[in-house]
Amino acid sequence: MSAHTDTIDEFVASEYKYGFVTDIESESLDPGLNEDVVRFISAKKNEPEWLLEWRLKALRHFEKMENPTWPHVKYPPVDFQEISYYSAPKKKGDGPKSLDEVDPKLLETYEKLGVPLHERARLAGVAVDAVFDSESIGTTFKEDLAKAGVIFCSISEAVQEHPELVKKYIGKVVPYTDNFYAALNSAVFSDGSFVYIPKGTRCPMELSTYFRINAANTGQFERTLIVAEESSHVSYLEGCTAPMRDENQLHAAVVELVALDNAEIKYSTVQNWYPGDEEGRGGIYNFVTKRGICKTNAKISWTQVETGSAITWKYPSVILQGDNSIGEFYSVALTNKAQQADTGTKMVHIGKNTRSTIVSKGISAGKGQNSYRGLVQVGKKATNARNFSQCDSLLIGDKCGAHTFPYIEAKNPSASIEHEATTSKIGEDQIFYCNQRGLEPQDAVNMIVNGFCKEVFRELPMEFAVEAQKLLDVSLEGSVG
Amino acid sequence: MLEIKNLQAGIEDKPILKGIDLSVNAGEVHAIMGPNGSGKSTLASVLAGRDGYDVTGGEVLLQDDDLLDLAPEERAREGVFLAFQYPVEIPGVNSAYFLRSAVNEIRKHRGEEELDAMNFLKAVKAKMKELGLSEDFLKRPVNAGFSGGEKKRNEILQMAMLNPKLAVLDETDSGLDIDALRIVADGVNRLKGLDNAQVVITHYQRLLDYIVPDFVHVLYDGRIIKSGDKTLAHELEEKGYDWLIRDAA
Ligand SMILES: Nc1ncnc2c1ncn2[C@@H]1O[C@H](COP(=O)(O)OP(=O)(O)OP(=O)(O)O)[C@@H](O)[C@H]1O
Ligand SMILES: [Mg+2]
Repeated sequence: MSAHTDTIDEFVASEYKYGFVTDIESESLDPGLNEDVVRFISAKKNEPEWLLEWRLKALRHFEKMENPTWPHVKYPPVDFQEISYYSAPKKKGDGPKSLDEVDPKLLETYEKLGVPLHERARLAGVAVDAVFDSESIGTTFKEDLAKAGVIFCSISEAVQEHPELVKKYIGKVVPYTDNFYAALNSAVFSDGSFVYIPKGTRCPMELSTYFRINAANTGQFERTLIVAEESSHVSYLEGCTAPMRDENQLHAAVVELVALDNAEIKYSTVQNWYPGDEEGRGGIYNFVTKRGICKTNAKISWTQVETGSAITWKYPSVILQGDNSIGEFYSVALTNKAQQADTGTKMVHIGKNTRSTIVSKGISAGKGQNSYRGLVQVGKKATNARNFSQCDSLLIGDKCGAHTFPYIEAKNPSASIEHEATTSKIGEDQIFYCNQRGLEPQDAVNMIVNGFCKEVFRELPMEFAVEAQKLLDVSLEGSVG
Repeated sequence: MLEIKNLQAGIEDKPILKGIDLSVNAGEVHAIMGPNGSGKSTLASVLAGRDGYDVTGGEVLLQDDDLLDLAPEERAREGVFLAFQYPVEIPGVNSAYFLRSAVNEIRKHRGEEELDAMNFLKAVKAKMKELGLSEDFLKRPVNAGFSGGEKKRNEILQMAMLNPKLAVLDETDSGLDIDALRIVADGVNRLKGLDNAQVVITHYQRLLDYIVPDFVHVLYDGRIIKSGDKTLAHELEEKGYDWLIRDAA
C-alpha cells in the first residue's frame, strides 16, 4: 500500500515560532525569595510606603500557605528559592523617556513578534503596552488616549502618577489572601498594565498588553488592574510569548477588573507561552488569578484562547454583585504534546437578575490533558439568576484526555442553571472524507477544529480573531501524521 | 480511463478483493452489483485510498498514472470522486465553506483560478437548482443532522461541483425516496460526458432504469464473476445471485 497510511495518532514536533532569545544586557536579582527581595523590587520602583507594607504582608501570608494540589495537573514541586524575582533590560542613564529612546533590540523583538511599537508601523486602532520580563518598556498611543481621559500605562507608572486610584482598587477584587499564587504575586509583582476609563467614556481604541518573558530562570509576576467607571466601555487584549528553554518558568499573574454601574469590560487573552516539547521538557507554568467585579447593570466578558504553556491553570471569574449584571466566559484551550490545562471559570451570582454564560471548548491532541473546571454559585439574594454553561471537548488521537468538573451551588430556588457537555473525537473517517474531497489531512484537522471553536472566536475583537485562528492552526501543526 | 488489473487487497491479513480486473473507458457507465459483503465498498475504498487496507497485488491506473501511489487527497485532485455509502458528519464545519475549500483545492491542482465566495455561491446555487436541492443545505454543518436521503443528495451536489473524471457511487440510491432517486440519477446523467466515467454500485435494478449502464458486473467473494450489458441487471432482479454463484463455484 502507499506510504500515506499514517494515522492521526502519529505526532511530530511542530515548531514554536516565538522561541528566540533576545540578547540584551539585563539587570537581574539573584534567585531567592525573602523580605529583602520584596524591598528591593519596591525600592527599584520607588514605591510609596503603603505599597511596600502591603507587599510585605502578602509575603508573610504566602510563607504560611501551601502550594495547592487540587488541580488535575502533574508537575514536580516548584522551588521558590530557585527563581529570580526581578529581571529588566539594563537602562542607560535615566532610562528612555519615550518609545523612540527604547533600545532598538527591544523594538526589534516586538517587531519579530508581530507587535511593532514604533510610530510608523503601529497597529491601527490598537494601543499597546509592551512588558518585557519584569518591566514595561513602553506604551503606544498614550497621548491620543489621554485626550479621551483614558489612562493606559504600566502599573509601576500608575503607582507614581495615580497613586490614589491604585490604592483604592488594588487587591480589592483579588486580595492577597485569596490563594497561594495571588499571595506570591502581591509580594513580588513587578509590572503589568493599568487602565482607567472615566465615567461615560467609550475607550476610542482597543487596548492591548504584550507580555514577553526573555530572561532565564526568571518568574514573571505581572499585575493588571482595569477600572471602568460608570457607563464606560473598554475592550482589552493581552498576548504572551516566551523563548524555548529546557527549564520550566513560572508566570503567576493577577488581573483585577472593576466594572462600575452600567460599565462594560471585554477582556480577551491570546496566550501562546512556550508549551515545552513532546516529553514535557520546558515550557511556562501559567498559574494565573483573574477576577472581575460587576456593579449594577455592568458586564464583564472574558474571552481566552489558550494554546501555549506547559501547564495552564486559571479560572477567569466574575462576581456579579450588582443587580442585572452580566458575566461571560468564552474559552478555547488547546493542549498538544505534553501540555496540561486545568481551566474554567467561576460565576458568583449575588445580585438579582444576574446572568452568566459559559462556553468552553477544550481541544486535546498529542498527550495533552485538558480539564474544564467551573463553578456557578447563586447566593440567597440572587433572585432570578440565570446561567447557561456549555462545555465541549474535542479529542485528536487517543493518547490525550479531556475532563470536565462542573460545580453548582444554588442557594436561591428561583435560579435557573443549565449545563450542557459534549465530547467528540476527530475520527479518521472524517479526515478521510475531507481527503477524498481534495483537502490535506492537516487542513482537514484545522477546519474541524476551527469549526469547533467558532462560537468563541466570534467573541474576539475582529483584528485578533484571524490571528487566533492562525495560532490554533500552528499549534496543531504535526497533529496528523 | 481506469484500468484495474488483478487487484488484491484485504484488511489485517484477511483477503477481501481476490483479483479484480476491470477496465472503464471514458464516456462509459459501469454498474457493480453483488451480494452483501462481496467487496463492493472495499473496492471503492481502495480506489479512493482509504487507510487500513493492504493492497497485496495488482495495479490500478487512472489515465496511465499509478493511482495506488497517490495520497487520498491527490487522487481526489486527479479527479477521483467517491460518493460514500455512509457520508460522514463533520459538526461545526459549514457545508458551503467545506465545499468551497474542496472546489478550490481541485481548481488549484488543475491550474485554474480559485473561486471567491461570491462566485462560488453563484455556481453552487445554480447547481442546487438543477438538482432541486434546498439552499438551507449550505448553511448547515457538513452532513450533521442530515437525513439519510439528504446526505446522499449532498454527495451528488459535491460531485456536481467537483466535476470528477471518475465518479464511484457506492449505493447512493439506498434509502432514497423516488424523487430523490431521480435527483441522484439526474446528477449522474448531467455529469456524464465523453471525458469522464461513472462506476455505480447498487443493489437495485430500479436505479439502472434512470442511469443506464453500458456494463453490469457482478462481484462475489472478491472477484467479478460475471459481466454483461444492462439486461444482466434485469436477469439478476428476477433470479437473484444463486445461479451465478453456483456456476462460479
Ligand atoms: N474494517 C473491516 N474490518 C474487517 N472486515 C471488513 C472491514 N471492512 C470490510 N470488511 C469485510 O470485507 C467484506 C467486504 O465488505 P464490503 O463492505 O466491501 O462489502 P459490500 O459488498 O460493500 O457489502 P454491502 O452490499 O453490504 O455494502 C465483508 O466480509 C466485510 O465484513
Ligand atoms: Mg458496501
